[in-house]
Amino acid sequence: MNGDLCVESPSPEVSLSLGEAVGRRLLSGDVVALWGELGAGKTLLTQGIARGLGVPPETAVTSPTFTIINEYEGRLHLYHMDGYRLGDPGELESLPWREALYGHGVAVVEWPERLGPLLPSARLDIFLEILGPTTRRLRFVPHTDDLRRRFGDFGRL
Amino acid sequence: MLILGIETSCDETAAAVVRNGREVLSDVVASQIAVHSPYGGVVPELASRKHVENILPVISQALRAAGVGLKDVDALAVTQGPGLIGALLVGLSAAKGLAYALKKPICAVNHLEGHMEAAFVEAERPEEPFVCLVVSGGHTALYYVTHDGTAQCVGSTRDDAAGEAYDKVAKLLGLGYPGGVVIDRLAQNGNPEAFSFPKAYLEKSSLDFSFSGIKTAVAYFVKKYGLPSETSSVATYRLEDLAASFQEAVVEVLVEKTMLAVERFGVRHVAVAGGVAANSRLRARLQEEAAYRRAHLYIPHIRYCTDNAVMVAVAGYRIWKRRGFHGDPLQLDARSRWVDAAGP
Repeated sequence: MNGDLCVESPSPEVSLSLGEAVGRRLLSGDVVALWGELGAGKTLLTQGIARGLGVPPETAVTSPTFTIINEYEGRLHLYHMDGYRLGDPGELESLPWREALYGHGVAVVEWPERLGPLLPSARLDIFLEILGPTTRRLRFVPHTDDLRRRFGDFGRL
Repeated sequence: MLILGIETSCDETAAAVVRNGREVLSDVVASQIAVHSPYGGVVPELASRKHVENILPVISQALRAAGVGLKDVDALAVTQGPGLIGALLVGLSAAKGLAYALKKPICAVNHLEGHMEAAFVEAERPEEPFVCLVVSGGHTALYYVTHDGTAQCVGSTRDDAAGEAYDKVAKLLGLGYPGGVVIDRLAQNGNPEAFSFPKAYLEKSSLDFSFSGIKTAVAYFVKKYGLPSETSSVATYRLEDLAASFQEAVVEVLVEKTMLAVERFGVRHVAVAGGVAANSRLRARLQEEAAYRRAHLYIPHIRYCTDNAVMVAVAGYRIWKRRGFHGDPLQLDARSRWVDAAGP
């Protein structure tokens, strides 16, 4: 129903600028879920998104695996979440997941499959696929009309 | 000065009693590794719950093993951050409660600052300045400890921590958790030159680290060649060689950046701490390179590399000597991200 919005990135640099383009279009309350195996480039894409959201370049956007939720201040507040170590979504309870997923900032979620029912259905999915050592295929699936309007042209970038 | 140290920042519930920042009277650690290993890492909510169950028995055991009572303790030292917020709160609340009830002073310790002190539990602490590499599952950073004892973070990872790369590569290879131990053991029977994985030095002068590229290279390697499973008779490579080659790439970057810091700041002393400091290859290579530069290397005993409360009590003692105790224990709050240590 969405048509496939696919783009191939030949390098981490191109993936970074794609992320930046995503970040520039994000609005308050948006949730972006990044799907892909280890090494697919989820954190790298988030680094680009952070730049696009105006997080200062000197701020290192690092893997949230250890802390589960990292926060950054840009044009909008960025919550960088990681479900990698979650065995059960209920284990998020001691963390600010409600603010992250249903607040005024933007949430970027790695390993969203581990969030189960907590993952909002109104979201932008980005599927990352490893094609070669540095090449990746990014498939964009916006789940609301508003997101489709904003990201409908991503397959043609 | 008898200090009771408490540490609950990640998956270890630990308490220790240390006299005058040197004499270790007890050192109790309840590890949750068995609890978390099915998940390939620490699960925050599980960790908090386990800490709640463990904290009081662990403190009692530390006091008993030290042969002292709560009333004999002069002060408490507790990890305030960085770490998992729910986990930190357990140790911090216990320490605040004890401090308040017993009217004892309290020292809030930065976990990374604690790790640095681990290098000096058994060795005489050098005169500042010195350089310290703190490397674990959650952190990879270089600190320059200046003449006045202030620890400046002069480099850190831009993506994954070194220990995290170990854990994730172990997961990719179908090995257990924690990944560092398993890979280190395999690597000892492997050829570190079998495969060449990208070593990320970033800009030549940078003291920052990047380990996601190495992880990604291993992920692609496994995707391409598969895993040499035990049942397959046509294994294209040995897991030992892959482990050794991965380890070599990680260790060389850690060593090179640490030595770059030693040279840049012109220091004669260098320390390493944190869980990855238990890695045999890292220990050996740092020894070699430090000796070559006539720098003195401080490496904690393996027991003090991973999270423990001895290091927290020792750091607490140093903080007390430099800055005194925290004014009001009830004002202390956990700090999940707290990169720049004030310095011991």
